[in-house]
Amino acid sequence: MDGRIRRDVRVEGVVQGVGFRPFVHSLATRLGLTGRVGNDVNGVFVEIEGPAASVTSFLTALERDAPPLASISQVTVTAGEPRGADEFAIVASSGGGPRRTLVSADTATCADCLREMGTPTDRRFMYPFINCTNCGPRFTIVRDVPYDRPFTTMSGFEMCSLCSAEYHDPTDRRFHAQPTCCPTCGPQLRLLSAAGSPLAGDPIGETAALLHAGRIVAIKGLGGYHLASIPSEASVLRQRKHREDKPFALMVSDVDVADRLCVVDSTGRELLTSRVRPIVLLPSRGVVAPGVAPGNRQLGLMLPYTPLHHLLLDAVGGPIVLTSGNVSDEPIAFVDTEAFTRLHGIADAFLTHDRAIHMRTDDSVVRPGTVLRRSRGYVPEPIALSWNIPRPVLACGAELKNTFCLARDRHAFVSHHIGDLENYETLRSFVDGIEHFSRLFDITPEVVAHDLHPEYLSTKHAIELSDVDIVGVQHHHAHIASCLADNNDPGPVIGVAFDGTGYGTDGTIWGGEFLLADLTGFTRVAHLAPVPMPGGTAAIRQPWRMAAAYLDAAGEPRPEWATIVALAHSGLNSPKTSSAGRLFDAVAALLGIRDTVNYEGQAAIELEQRADPGERGSYPASIEDGVVYGVDLIRGVTSDLRKGLSPATIAGRFHNGVADMIVRTCLRLSEEHGLTKVALSGGVFQNLLLLNRTTDQLTAHGLEVLTHHRVPTNDGGISLGQAVIAAAQR
Amino acid sequence: LAHGSGGKATQTLIEAVFLDAFSNPMLDRLEDAAELSVNETRLALTTDSFVVSPLFFPGGNIGDLAVNGTVNDLAVSGAKPLYLTAGFILEEGFPVADLIRIVASMKAAADAAGVSIVTGDTKVVQRGKADGCYINTAGVGVVRCPGRLGAATVQPGDAVLVSGSIGDHGVTVMLARGELDIEADLVSDTAPVHDLVATLLAATPGVRAMRDATRGGVATILNEVAKAADVAVVVDEDKVPVGTEVRGASELLGIDPLYVACEGRIVVFVAGAEAETALDALRSHPLGREAALIGRVKADPPGLVLLNTTFGGTRICDLLVGDPLPRIC
Ligand SMILES: [Fe+3]
Ligand SMILES: [Mg+2]
Ligand SMILES: [Zn+2]
Ligand SMILES: [Zn+2]
Repeated sequence: MDGRIRRDVRVEGVVQGVGFRPFVHSLATRLGLTGRVGNDVNGVFVEIEGPAASVTSFLTALERDAPPLASISQVTVTAGEPRGADEFAIVASSGGGPRRTLVSADTATCADCLREMGTPTDRRFMYPFINCTNCGPRFTIVRDVPYDRPFTTMSGFEMCSLCSAEYHDPTDRRFHAQPTCCPTCGPQLRLLSAAGSPLAGDPIGETAALLHAGRIVAIKGLGGYHLASIPSEASVLRQRKHREDKPFALMVSDVDVADRLCVVDSTGRELLTSRVRPIVLLPSRGVVAPGVAPGNRQLGLMLPYTPLHHLLLDAVGGPIVLTSGNVSDEPIAFVDTEAFTRLHGIADAFLTHDRAIHMRTDDSVVRPGTVLRRSRGYVPEPIALSWNIPRPVLACGAELKNTFCLARDRHAFVSHHIGDLENYETLRSFVDGIEHFSRLFDITPEVVAHDLHPEYLSTKHAIELSDVDIVGVQHHHAHIASCLADNNDPGPVIGVAFDGTGYGTDGTIWGGEFLLADLTGFTRVAHLAPVPMPGGTAAIRQPWRMAAAYLDAAGEPRPEWATIVALAHSGLNSPKTSSAGRLFDAVAALLGIRDTVNYEGQAAIELEQRADPGERGSYPASIEDGVVYGVDLIRGVTSDLRKGLSPATIAGRFHNGVADMIVRTCLRLSEEHGLTKVALSGGVFQNLLLLNRTTDQLTAHGLEVLTHHRVPTNDGGISLGQAVIAAAQR
Repeated sequence: LAHGSGGKATQTLIEAVFLDAFSNPMLDRLEDAAELSVNETRLALTTDSFVVSPLFFPGGNIGDLAVNGTVNDLAVSGAKPLYLTAGFILEEGFPVADLIRIVASMKAAADAAGVSIVTGDTKVVQRGKADGCYINTAGVGVVRCPGRLGAATVQPGDAVLVSGSIGDHGVTVMLARGELDIEADLVSDTAPVHDLVATLLAATPGVRAMRDATRGGVATILNEVAKAADVAVVVDEDKVPVGTEVRGASELLGIDPLYVACEGRIVVFVAGAEAETALDALRSHPLGREAALIGRVKADPPGLVLLNTTFGGTRICDLLVGDPLPRIC
């Protein structure tokens, strides 16, 4: 066999359950190559032989034309002796050995499936569970690896002969599509009353009718139950959910509708229609009912991502509010029985089905350029690192917006959004989630990282573990390291970590920090001047207390706040903080924007929304010996208030003042320490006005700026930072 | 050392240093008092030191606190308090008039509790080496129901009761420091509970354990019991009795009344079937008029205290490691 060569190819990454073997099969067949392809614990193995030129074409196309859901992390090619195979075959999966293969994220219904669902003659016409190798549920239904039907929550549905034929046909789009099913053999929808009794009629049509009648319906989605209403009933939903002001997201049928509600540019369009289908925060045109996102210039929109959502949106004929099915700050309900108890009294009816959800997963939230909540559609695909994690690491994350992270080799598996760990339900999903990820990715941590805050439940979880090395990581160091890992840059950098609350190495609360940092350590080179938080946590819930503390520090105390100032002076439950979040809170309260918050960061968010983006004035802050005096900004605010300037102008000047203060401090540090790179991290940088002002000025001064793109700048990114720091410890 | 507030840090200190050194079956149970046998008689023995500031506060002073505290530790161990000792550490220059007031209160408290102070000791230390006056008391009593009560006997299905509104003592003392200039109609709840306990035990054979909710408040007690019995304690937030003044002052101070010290309140764990009987017994006594059923014991999740909040959420009510520092952003 002259001129024939043979190559053994190993493909690693997200390559199982995504149609990779049929793709390889058709590629090889088209090129006239022989050999075989199969799945194993490491991913996909291919053996090909044929003319050298064809083999080369094969290898080029292998990565270039891979199926949409595949994500190749590594391809290894070794040469071998041709064996003279006369056909190309797909061989059975082989099990055993360590698992290195990756599980894919849940993926929005593909165009092919949508077409079939809309074709009256198709056997899956209007079937709300249609899917194929290019789309459908993955992470949320996987119980174990290898990713095979028996290890998913589809295991109880035996395929009918038609589905089975498709499943076993290498040329079919549903070849080895693990969740594949049809109306004959697959899950079924049911509409139940609040009392749990079945309601007559077509479940989707009846749900639409209920929504139009102003009812609240709990809908079982991909990662959990949502609560749905039409936009005009948003305030009813708020009341029942005990969610006072926090914005709701809307699901809209397509980009055209999105464009009627919000300004949708090309990036926005791309995000809305991506296979992740996150909630995208977009500038609102102000035409939606005010109860949906009170006091917010932005609106969260998402497009349907399951066949059920497509059918529902068609039936309703307009946008619906779709919010996580929970009470207050509890995690989203995802088990049927639990949903019925927990959503009792909120939902008037339940649109549910019999495909179980194995992993609770919330909708992801993004803004063009960055991700604010990384969950459904992203997870469990790893954050690829450009350096190696030598020993397997578990990072336990922060308390609020918790995620954990398991990292090994060049992969950091940042978990889905777990939530606020003060609830038992959330703590349980944290513990179970860690267990599940360890099993899925075969990572047994040798190093465990945690925050320094002694009261974080994530900290308490970490320090109770045995037979591992425990590493405490300072909160703001973790923020900066997270930004470094996000950008695949090991540092060192000037790190600006601005957030609400993080435990400092001196036992006080930090949050306005300038660090010289790399992955191995940090020095706190500058920070906001500490002020007392009168009443501790109460000062976070009630921003006016911070206004009182700052006015006192400015030497301009208000008589009506004397008691709170006395509390601050007494030191009784009044910890000191250098938090930038609290400075924003104080200004929001001084401007009369918000005295009490109903959700995290609300005062600062509303302050940003009120600021005049065209304002160029600024308040100067003095910087002495690494201490930045936020109180100077407060003096600027009160002076302009006395002059009768508008809150919009003052808020604008305050934002500019904070940006100036960051820039001047960075320039000084850059000069002193010879660093020209700045990393911005922490929840405060969710503030676009501040982020853009700061980044623009730093760049104009010739500094390179790193910000977040792959993981959130808020505490959802902390676990990644902890992981890379713990991995860098010797 | 930063181990003052009675939470997890104190517990860690106790476990790391004292239990390690002194370990024996009586101590290791970590009850409020030790049960011991002397010539067939079951005795309870306890000791406590008092370092309150200010020394005088509405409703009491360090003197009656020192007597009631030890009387109560004996009482909740199921013993009838009999004899007390008193040790004083006084700072040089401490006003004699104040000492006389303190001692008079101790005498009155001892009479009210039916105990005698039978031996004592006094040391004077240099100025600045103590904060005016510290008192240690120890007490012995006779056990009424030997070996029956104890946190470890608590089991799923049991009911959790408190004998009255919580947090009064701690908030009163905080305000009495005079730094806040808050007018509040508040007095400490300091009181001897031996009679209340006797009434309860006489009416309710199913009492499993009692604790007086001193340092670290009710939340700390619940956590201790949840861990000792390896059970879950589930409390309904809105069933916990908190006085209007205490609620208001706690909100201002930003503290949770569940973690605030009481000096005359007991937490009772009783077999579920006897919850109402126990409640009636407590309410029949002047010190227990505001008694309330605040929660239940469950099997899961072992070792944790959960709080059903007014909104229908479930918050973990954990043992605090030290002084509470904000965790939210
Ligand atoms: Fe943070
Ligand atoms: Mg005691
Ligand atoms: Zn599809
Ligand atoms: Zn079928």
